[in-house]
Amino acid sequence: MANLRPPYLATAALSGLLFGAGLYVSQMVDPLKVLRFLDFTAIPSGGWDPSLAFVIVPAILVMFIAVRIGRRRSAPLFDREFHEPEYKRIDTRLVGGAALFGVGWGMSGICPGPAIALIAFPPDGIWLFLAALIAGSYAGSLIVPSGHSKRLADAK
Amino acid sequence: MESFTPLTAALGGSLIGLAAAVLWLGNGRIAGISGIFGQLLPPAQTVVWRLIFLAALVAGAWATSRLFPELGVGGVQPAALVPPPAAWGVPPPVWLIVAGLLIGFGTKIGNGCTSGHGVCGLARLSLRSLVAVAVFFGVAIITVTVTGIV
Repeated sequence: MANLRPPYLATAALSGLLFGAGLYVSQMVDPLKVLRFLDFTAIPSGGWDPSLAFVIVPAILVMFIAVRIGRRRSAPLFDREFHEPEYKRIDTRLVGGAALFGVGWGMSGICPGPAIALIAFPPDGIWLFLAALIAGSYAGSLIVPSGHSKRLADAK
Repeated sequence: MESFTPLTAALGGSLIGLAAAVLWLGNGRIAGISGIFGQLLPPAQTVVWRLIFLAALVAGAWATSRLFPELGVGGVQPAALVPPPAAWGVPPPVWLIVAGLLIGFGTKIGNGCTSGHGVCGLARLSLRSLVAVAVFFGVAIITVTVTGIV
């Protein structure tokens, strides 16, 4: 199994470490900071915090370069293929799912990355929140199978 | 505007982009947290690297908070969850559970969150991800406005 070789697992570990460091340094782990970015009603008074735009733009730029490099290669370093997302269609599931996520994100200021990073310095309530996140994700997988489980079903 | 932190934001964002780049060019995987996390649930197939990634993510946040507390929110307990708006009269645990369920369910059926659609999808110039990002940012902004949580 390619995905149990040490270089493959070390790459996953390095990526996770960098990701967690980035979430802390950018202050994405602070739900109030995230909500202050999402609070456009504060723009007229000058109280809006635009910091998070300065997080996502460089993140996209760095990944954009990596995607360009990847296009010139037939495979990543430690696997046989690039795992491109299977879904291409823009449908009700995509829009509905994004909208429901938007409501939850606006209610809490926590998206899935910071939710997990917060385990490092767990605030009151985070375990309850994570349990709900797991339950919601599981409910979603029952109603609409992901590409992954569809592939599994096909393979049977 | 004293809370505006463009330099640490850009540094942190670059680290997140680098994390996504490493996982893509090394293992050909999208660094989408909801996907890496959600596909640990049955019927999971590739569990080991996902657990290692998530454990390393926690370790990375922890180590950075200890080594460079001044770069982030600072200290051992740097972030608290935000209580629900008092006017709504909803008990905090109920508010948290509803938010968590919506995020888990929504990112599952929409196949992505801020990292998968937001960082990786936009970098791949995916129209699907652009639609998802516009919807979840738009709805989150509306939600913050309607609830008055800040």
